[in-house]
Amino acid sequence: MTVKKELILNPNWCKGCGICAAFCPKGALEIVNDKVQRVKDAECVLCGQCELRCPDYAIYINEEEPEGDANQWIKSY
Amino acid sequence: MKVNTGDVNAASRTKQMSNLIYKYMRPEHLPQIWCPGCGNGIIMRDVAQAIENLGLSRNQTVIVSGIGCSSRAAGYMDFNTIHTTHGRAIAFATGIKLANPELEVIVIAGDGDISAIGGNHLIHAARRNIGLTVVVMNNSTYGMTGGQYSPTTPTNAYGTTAPYGNLDRSFDIAGLAYGAGASYAARGSAYHVQQTIGLIQDGIRNKGFSIIDVASICPTYYGRKNKKGDAVEMMKWQRDHGVTVEQAAKMDPEQLKDKLVIGLLHHAQYPEFTYKYDMLIKKLAEEREANE
Amino acid sequence: MDQVVLMQGNEACVEGAIAAGMRLFAGYPITPSTEIAELSAYRLPQVGGKFIQMEDEIASIACAIGGSVAGVKSMTATSGPGFSLKQENLGYACLAEIPLVVVDVQRMGPSTGMPTSPSQGDVMMARWGTHGDHPIIVISPSSVTEAYYQTIRAFNLSERYRTPVIFLMDEIIGHLREGMQMKEAEDITIVNRPTVQFPDPKRKPYHMNEKKGQMVPQMAPFGCGQRYNITGLIHDESGFPTNSTEEAEKLMYRLMHKISDNYKDIVRYEQVNMDDADVAIVCYGGTMRAAQTAMEMARAKGVRCGIFRPVTIWPFPERELTAALGGLKKIVVAEHNCGQIVLEVERLTRGACPVAFVGKYNGAVITPQEILQKVEEA
Repeated sequence: MTVKKELILNPNWCKGCGICAAFCPKGALEIVNDKVQRVKDAECVLCGQCELRCPDYAIYINEEEPEGDANQWIKSY
Repeated sequence: MKVNTGDVNAASRTKQMSNLIYKYMRPEHLPQIWCPGCGNGIIMRDVAQAIENLGLSRNQTVIVSGIGCSSRAAGYMDFNTIHTTHGRAIAFATGIKLANPELEVIVIAGDGDISAIGGNHLIHAARRNIGLTVVVMNNSTYGMTGGQYSPTTPTNAYGTTAPYGNLDRSFDIAGLAYGAGASYAARGSAYHVQQTIGLIQDGIRNKGFSIIDVASICPTYYGRKNKKGDAVEMMKWQRDHGVTVEQAAKMDPEQLKDKLVIGLLHHAQYPEFTYKYDMLIKKLAEEREANE
Repeated sequence: MDQVVLMQGNEACVEGAIAAGMRLFAGYPITPSTEIAELSAYRLPQVGGKFIQMEDEIASIACAIGGSVAGVKSMTATSGPGFSLKQENLGYACLAEIPLVVVDVQRMGPSTGMPTSPSQGDVMMARWGTHGDHPIIVISPSSVTEAYYQTIRAFNLSERYRTPVIFLMDEIIGHLREGMQMKEAEDITIVNRPTVQFPDPKRKPYHMNEKKGQMVPQMAPFGCGQRYNITGLIHDESGFPTNSTEEAEKLMYRLMHKISDNYKDIVRYEQVNMDDADVAIVCYGGTMRAAQTAMEMARAKGVRCGIFRPVTIWPFPERELTAALGGLKKIVVAEHNCGQIVLEVERLTRGACPVAFVGKYNGAVITPQEILQKVEEA
């Protein structure tokens, strides 16, 4: 069973400081109009460096058990 | 998820924030008031991550703050939180710890708050070795009032009250606390996230007085006044100038001049104050019983 | 059975505090209040309480507030210079509604002044010392026995109304040794703060049932399970800061009115021979000792003299003093300062009756003769 990982951006909390984009090892993020967004076609390896240094908690790696897994509730709490 | 964090329900949380933020912050008060690129948000997350790693109970953890940018952290964190007066966070925290030593008491403070107006409380809490953990968001300036020079502003750096450059020398806050008797002293930075989380964790685990002086960044005032560039440039400076304690040991003072030494500076076991007091109470009770 | 013990005013204050449930004292040495710290250091660990000598006066009050936040009845003690230093955090306790007793054993000032000489120069500072409008309760004892029982009352009021209470002693009472009647513990009423029974993080920490006339929110000691935020910023009932003028007014109104609406419970005073009095001596604290003798001397000379003594100085017993004005031909206010309470008395009499003043501010005590002279003057 694999954990589903996904990069999530929350533009409502993003202040556009650019720290995530600057320290993304894959160059997968950019700031457009003061908000973070994915660079088209760039690869995200879900390393989480952005999450560690985002001062505003506006970017993170979401980890989820696959849906329909009978153990989901036990695992997540 | 059965985590209860006030007004935000599970539905509105979806894809808004990480589990860590959801669990330890008060999302209804986010995003915080700090400026774009302020290092304080990163350090506040470090504290939450350290608490998560240690598995502390939120109900048994207290966050105490003073006044200034850093002090806003208390309001955002979902613990027993108290936002006190300027410089006095450690003194308030001392009362809380003394009254209930079971509580894990963490002080979050700024450099001006902890080493200027609150300097006396810092050194004496360190001397007393009372079980507090102090995390300093050290941005080398008074941000909330608009960029005046602080006790950690380097000599010759600029501030609104140092228009010709700072004439003062600066404090090394971790060194100051160590010199005053703290049993745990360390330095982290906004850039060095993993190391800083580990240092905060160890600081909390230490029974006596712990201080983790974390270099923050203030692009709005300190950065602009001193032509240090934006938040990204300031973070890169920390990356490029950060050296570990072990590396620093092999360097001479000239090489260390513009370096940021990161890591554990001092750790020793001295008896903790509230523990000693509880032993005193126990001893007196036993003596009284023996005499009866 | 009650017992009579020989005790000093400062010591009686500590014993009263312990009887009231004080289990944390944070202090800093200062004459003439030091004995309070010394005896607390000796007594508290015997009863499972904690004493701490902090690095300065500011830290002392901050530490005491911290102790109270964690659910322990706390006290700090000082004298004029230290009381000046404590003012900022005193205001914090008023706004954040933290129960606390602050003892000020007044000495002659300003500044370092005369540390071992009596004064009552801090009366207005006790009322208005911290910045901004704020509620305050100030109690001034005039005997060792009263130092004991009024300290208990100070704790009770502070707990009931979640507000700091200032115990304003003077050097005369602080250092006076005399016999005092000590009641059995079970005969003493102890009040504990309104406390949250079922902790719930969703509960608004400053919420009150206004329909039931509740004016003091229940308090949750840190660690009980109800996580909330305490701040010295103007806050709404959630405990978080607000810039709303409406919320600011609501909070300020309640803070002031939780004291003024409970005037009867809070205010205490003593009247001696006031029934037939033509002349009333108004005094408080240690000055009462000279006033008592002056009154007896005046009575012996045929002057119908009485004493009106506020025990609670703030709020001032204004209803009772105003009521007593009717039959009076003169009021003599005696206090160890250049004139502080006399201003309050003049305000209340509104010219209905002449007010004379005996003030001493040179470090000496007022003598009965000095008061008598003013009583006899036409």
